[in-house]
Amino acid sequence: MSDPLLSVHGLSKRFGALQASNDITLDVRSGEIHALIGPNGAGKSTLIQQICGALRPDTGEVWFDGQNVTPLSVAERARMGLGRTFQISSLAMEDTVLQNAVLGALGGHGAPFRFFRPVLKDAALVARAEEALARVDMLKFADKRTADLSHGQRRQLEIAVALTLQPKLFVMDEPMAGLGASGTKDLTPILSALRHDAPILLVEHDMDAVFALADRISVLVYGKVIATGTVDEIRADAAVREAYLGEDA
Amino acid sequence: MSREAYINAIVVAVLLAVPLWAWVADAPFIITLATRIAILALAGVGLNIALGLGGMVSLGHAVFFGIGGYAMGILASHAQDYSPLMEWPFLIEGTKSMPVIWLAALLMSGLAALLIGFLSLRTSGVYFIMITLAFGQMFFYFTVSWPAYGGEDGLPIYVRNSFPGLNTLDPIQFFLICFAVLGLALGFSAALARSPFGLALNATRQQATRVEAVGIAPFRIRLVGFVISGMITGLAGALFADLNRFVSPTMFSWQTSGEIMVFVILGGVARLFGPVVGAAIFITLEHLLGGVSDYWHIYLGALLLLVVLFARGGVIGLLSSWRKASV
Repeated sequence: MSDPLLSVHGLSKRFGALQASNDITLDVRSGEIHALIGPNGAGKSTLIQQICGALRPDTGEVWFDGQNVTPLSVAERARMGLGRTFQISSLAMEDTVLQNAVLGALGGHGAPFRFFRPVLKDAALVARAEEALARVDMLKFADKRTADLSHGQRRQLEIAVALTLQPKLFVMDEPMAGLGASGTKDLTPILSALRHDAPILLVEHDMDAVFALADRISVLVYGKVIATGTVDEIRADAAVREAYLGEDA
Repeated sequence: MSREAYINAIVVAVLLAVPLWAWVADAPFIITLATRIAILALAGVGLNIALGLGGMVSLGHAVFFGIGGYAMGILASHAQDYSPLMEWPFLIEGTKSMPVIWLAALLMSGLAALLIGFLSLRTSGVYFIMITLAFGQMFFYFTVSWPAYGGEDGLPIYVRNSFPGLNTLDPIQFFLICFAVLGLALGFSAALARSPFGLALNATRQQATRVEAVGIAPFRIRLVGFVISGMITGLAGALFADLNRFVSPTMFSWQTSGEIMVFVILGGVARLFGPVVGAAIFITLEHLLGGVSDYWHIYLGALLLLVVLFARGGVIGLLSSWRKASV
């Protein structure tokens, strides 16, 4: 088997008395969706921020695509092919859907320090943006202002922007957040197909979606990974049932 | 053509027609007024890139305006004294050539913007406003206490600088130079807003985390935007000094920064022609009301209050009303 695309070794992060990440080790392999679950306050967001570069770990390393990226910035990791979606939609709301997607293409492949030629006349960037929009069925809204989109459409646009980077890895922070049952049902096949583009590290609260999508699951509780395994293994794990699923199952 | 484009065309036509009429009617004062409008509008076009496109509320753009002014004053004063600006390590002579002075103004204000931006863009919000203001005050007091170029009294330049093929002392010819420079800056500004850089700068204003997540460092985008903005305002400073044939520390004062910002807000933040309309209203009011009362700023203040309360898109936004034209 090839080396994992993303691997996190012994990552720890402390905020005062709170041990937000406690010696976390996990990896994401080609072609898989690796779900990260855990109760509120388990440290999922802190972990994601360390993987993406917004937070520096106290100890431990993040390796991405065969390189130690621990000292690299968010933008540098993104240029290496780390495509991220946010828990709360993070888009240029005054811009059109197409402009948001073109921004992604520009960051991933273009040179932003060009001052004269209209960016929307750059056929290569626009083609890349439209292709990504088409993948999430958003091309029909290309000229719509992002602020006028519904919540679900913004979630889809988040994914499209990440796609424009043609990333080697997706890191998705609760892509289903606030979507409701039917929205989740619509997005599930889209995410499932994406794993063939690039593996996904998926943080998600919706357990039905996680069990439907994930190849492997890691369970984070109080900053510690208490179990990693296939869906069946996690369902059967006594510690997980007690710490997390117990209340539901 | 959108409604805003019509308004813009009318603004250009009026700004050109009034001084041409004044030229025919032999009213040089009106030409000078129009020249002031064109130059101050240019300063506002510079700020509008930082403020409108980039969301950087700089209360220190007087620094660049003043540096442009002193670039002109220092070069021209050495030329009129026939003394070199410096002899070591290489000789720099003064000059009375406008294009050379413009290049110096662009270069020096760009360097200042690079330094100030590098330090102040690490902050945001009210801290950014305060740091840019503090830099402005530093330059102000430095020039006040720098005797070599007139100190507090300022530095007079006896003859306006020259432009190849034109008589710059003729008001209408100098106006046309300033009008052409303003036109070029507006054209550049319009292209910039549509360019890849403009998309990134505009997105950085709206959602910096998004820009970062697609691999573009927001700090660099902001810094380059700030430098471009400062350079255009610096060029306006050089023209302003040439118009008055005088530079003084007043150009660095925080009131100057405030006035440039008033042009932008009055006309319409992020509107291409916002600073032109803003400067035109400001200078016209100053001229008309200044004759009525020394306290004409009260009326300006009331107008500004109305614009901020009821017309967030400024006068241009109000005139093009609900139809917000795409940039």
